[in-house]
Amino acid sequence: METKSSGSVSKSFAVFLKDIKSELRTRYAINAILLFAIVTVFAVSFAMARTGGKMETVLQASLLWIVIYFSSLSGLAQSFIKEEESRTAVALRLYSPAGPVFGGKLLFNLVLLAVMNLITIPLFSFFLSLEIANYPLFLSVILLGSLGMVGTTTLVAAIISKASVKGALFAVLSFPLLLPVLMMAISGTRKALTPDITFSAARMELQVLASYLIVMTVLGFLLFDSVWND
Amino acid sequence: MLDGLAKSYPGRPVFSGISAVVEECKRLVITGPNGSGKSTLVRIICGFVRPTKGKVAFEIEDRELSPLEIRPYIGLVSPDLVLYDELTAFENLMFFAGVAGLHFSLDELSERLERVGLHKRGRDLVGSYSSGMIQRLKYCLALLRDPKLLLLDEPTANLDDEGKSLIDDIIESHNGVLVIATNEQTELRYGDEIIRLGQ
Repeated sequence: METKSSGSVSKSFAVFLKDIKSELRTRYAINAILLFAIVTVFAVSFAMARTGGKMETVLQASLLWIVIYFSSLSGLAQSFIKEEESRTAVALRLYSPAGPVFGGKLLFNLVLLAVMNLITIPLFSFFLSLEIANYPLFLSVILLGSLGMVGTTTLVAAIISKASVKGALFAVLSFPLLLPVLMMAISGTRKALTPDITFSAARMELQVLASYLIVMTVLGFLLFDSVWND
Repeated sequence: MLDGLAKSYPGRPVFSGISAVVEECKRLVITGPNGSGKSTLVRIICGFVRPTKGKVAFEIEDRELSPLEIRPYIGLVSPDLVLYDELTAFENLMFFAGVAGLHFSLDELSERLERVGLHKRGRDLVGSYSSGMIQRLKYCLALLRDPKLLLLDEPTANLDDEGKSLIDDIIESHNGVLVIATNEQTELRYGDEIIRLGQ
């Protein structure tokens, strides 16, 4: 046996790899997320097709983030809920410090949301005729919005994982915390869909999203120890 | 050291006034009928459950450690401890070693699995294991970091005769503190000190 002076990063990566391996074998979260995302995109596109007209950019941006928000709610809590429900959390608590568990789950949720976005956004663009005017801005808003969403939902998921009414509690706790992200992301996305818009026109949205992301991630790492060990 | 431990749930006292001092290389056996609080006491020692009264104190190398600080020194075999069904035995051991900051080669893990008679099934998913095999794997995991405090809750549950004799060897060869929670009368012989709950 060799004792490594392995830091939190390599331990977080071990948690992340374990979650990826488990997810690939059980498809516990990805099926829920993708199914919800794809069904919602089709439902919205069918509903809009009946109206016949082209949607306003603010409506397109709102619908896109509603799809991302609800799809992520259906899956991002699963990594912690699964540990508690299958009772593997006891072993994880015994062997791993809290920080790497949060880091690993955060990374896993990020990958999960990235996969969902990679499938949902092209589908949404195709079926709802999304015309992106400023790609760098659009991608920046999607990236920062998704990161902020993951940072918040990962911490909330850890809090609710021991509760008996997990689903409802997750939505109730997440929504007020994610409201600033959703508002800024919708506003930023709307600007990215507006023709002849410059990157700097959405500076305020990007700054708020970036600040929110930093605050929630730092808070997550600070608070997680109490959440995980209490 | 267990100092005046008491645990109660709303309207139901579980136990009270539990005190014991267990020194290095000594064995404590906790016994009592079902529902007397044996597993609860093990959870309190691990720091997973807070006692209603009293405290658990650990001293290693003249330093007093909190229940959270003692976790890296604990090996636990318990029905509460569940391994990942969707991972193989090797993957489970590798993962827990990794997050605990240890590194083992596959050969080293294979040797560890051989000790508990699982080396031929190391690449099988734990979900395909029998309950006795899972119990053996829990021993393998518990001994992975050479624990100073080995906690065994129902140590021979689900084990066949060969498995029970294997556990005998593990208990006899353990150098640190050993705590066993059991209601098997034959396992009382392991204890230098016995706490009887539910009396």
